[in-house]
Amino acid sequence: MNVVIIGCGRVGAALAGLLDTAGDTVTIVDLDRAAFLHLPREFKGTTLLGDGTDLDVLRQAGVERADTFLTLTQGDNRNIMAAQIAAKIFGIKKVIAKVNDPIRAYTYRKQGLETFSRTSILATLLQALIAGSTTLGPNLMAAAMSHEAAMSGEDLPERA
Amino acid sequence: MYFVIAGGGQVGFHLSQALLESGHEIMLIESDRRRAQWIEEQLGSIVINAPADEGRSQVEAGCARADAVIAVTGDDAKNLVICQLAKYKCHAPRVIARVNNPKNEIVFKALGIDETVSSTRVLMAVIEQELPSSGFLPLMPLTGSHLELIEAEIAPATPAAGKDVRDLGLPDGSLIGGIVRAGKILHAHGDTALEVGDRVIVFAPTADEGEVRKALFG
Repeated sequence: MNVVIIGCGRVGAALAGLLDTAGDTVTIVDLDRAAFLHLPREFKGTTLLGDGTDLDVLRQAGVERADTFLTLTQGDNRNIMAAQIAAKIFGIKKVIAKVNDPIRAYTYRKQGLETFSRTSILATLLQALIAGSTTLGPNLMAAAMSHEAAMSGEDLPERA
Repeated sequence: MYFVIAGGGQVGFHLSQALLESGHEIMLIESDRRRAQWIEEQLGSIVINAPADEGRSQVEAGCARADAVIAVTGDDAKNLVICQLAKYKCHAPRVIARVNNPKNEIVFKALGIDETVSSTRVLMAVIEQELPSSGFLPLMPLTGSHLELIEAEIAPATPAAGKDVRDLGLPDGSLIGGIVRAGKILHAHGDTALEVGDRVIVFAPTADEGEVRKALFG
């Protein structure tokens, strides 16, 4: 699967690492070269320096051949704009945008854009954990924790 | 009319001032507290200090009854979201976005924002009007119609000089609205022959500007 990710912050880099390990072809775009330091060292995908809302940068990232397109920058508006470009101009079927403002996430979901809000996901999850939910909380946490373990690798051995 | 203006930078401030002076009612949304305060000192209580890209600021600013919402921040993605939210949440009948990167004009159109203003484009138009060699002046776009108004002066040794209006080969959907000859306005009939020095006023689809130019100047 060809995946294009806009935004190489912690979330973007972590997801890029997971998909890369799973055998997908990943291209990740960020405005800031230093952001690519978030990527795992063994990342075999492509990094591209540029603005993910720019048509030419998107073409260069191979958006025309992408099966999946995700926008994970810190800016809700940039994520919304880039995601709509991918969906409506380039016709990508699977487009997911991170929109941290829950209200904007909801508004655009009603318009047919697949959005998720870190804010509402975390709040909902934490509430479920506090309330002692036996399904939602533990399942998601277990999956997230195994990813965290995989990303952090082995600790160094104790010093003698 | 009632306008909501998003973004109180240079463009937003002067636009607000001009609209107020011509008797319109406005509300300006500016997220920076000190800037909002300064504008309020200049223009009165027409400012809301809030982020314009959030639905509730727009509701508070009265977007639900606004005749138009105009997004003029320096950030294209923000202007896009402001205009889309105004349409989705407040059902604003008209939204206008400033685009800072001219490439985004196409993007905004594809994403449902039909009216955009690009300062680069405006400057280009001004420069084209100033070019002495060209008798072809795109005067202005006609609001919401994808049409524009063009003025062209018929030059010697061009295909149009001496030709009847019906034989010009103007693109479909374009129309000569009138001919200015020696300071007088003439109706353009099919059998009106154009003379060198005539100034022709043409209504044409924006996309066909090149064809109009070709028909008149070769």
